Amino acid sequence: MKFSVTVTLKKDVLDPQGKVVENTLVNMGMNNLKSIRQGKHFEIEVDENDQKNAEKKVDEMCKKLLVNLIIEDYKINKI
Amino acid sequence: MKSSVIVFPGSNCDRDIAVALEKMQFKNQMVWHKDTKLPKSDLIVVPGGFSYGDYLRSGAIAGKSLIIDEVIKAANSGCLVLGICNGFQILTETGLLKGTLLRNKNLKFINKDVQIKVLNNETKFTNKYKKDQILKINIAHNEGNFFTDTKHLDELKKENLIAFKYCDENGNGNQEANPNGSLENIAGILNDKKNILGMMPHPERMVDDIISNKDGINLFSSLLN
Repeated sequence: MKFSVTVTLKKDVLDPQGKVVENTLVNMGMNNLKSIRQGKHFEIEVDENDQKNAEKKVDEMCKKLLVNLIIEDYKINKI
Repeated sequence: MKSSVIVFPGSNCDRDIAVALEKMQFKNQMVWHKDTKLPKSDLIVVPGGFSYGDYLRSGAIAGKSLIIDEVIKAANSGCLVLGICNGFQILTETGLLKGTLLRNKNLKFINKDVQIKVLNNETKFTNKYKKDQILKINIAHNEGNFFTDTKHLDELKKENLIAFKYCDENGNGNQEANPNGSLENIAGILNDKKNILGMMPHPERMVDDIISNKDGINLFSSLLN
């Protein structure tokens, strides 16, 4: 079973990389751009048939290593 | 006094801190991250460098290594723990210190000598310094921008757990003197029991006039005191 995990900085945490990318796109003429937050993407394959159990495992991976919960939020999606 | 320096793949200040500790007459041992036993130590140092090439987040992988369980056990039973630079980042990843180190606000790796002020000189790590003493210490990092939640920040202030702050030559902690965007110019913090210090500046680089100055030496003599 495969999952994607997206990790982004929390709303209140400064994201200087995202800001620079945003400014560059605006300078390139992308006028309708409202905001950009840069993040990380993981694709995780779990050897498990039960979706609930698999999601639980991925959630544990996020909490224990992949995500710093002080500054980051994450979303898990089945792919 | 017995000290142990933990070595990870990618540590690059482990030899510097060992030289500084031996110069100050510590009986030092190097401990490989895969070891599961920690030699009897009064002080554990988690050194600077780029453990695991800063993969995932600075200090994240090192924070889960085998020896870390022993470091956490020792720290919880009162052993002194000093984390410098990447060592500070590793200590926050283990949870021994709260908060985290974000990427420098200007997105640049900064390597320069900066001024820091001693805010708390009543700790095992800082008792040989004067209160508000200004030190010139080298920083060399890409992720030194200290960040934490309001509750922890209040606790740091109330319990006098901020050891060092960045400042200018006159001791003013203004934004111009803040090299990396750290919350309230924080350069080093203690845990609530004050037996763990994490700091971004490198005191081990400031122990000899030939290569720099001796502003870092009193941190080590404080520990011996």
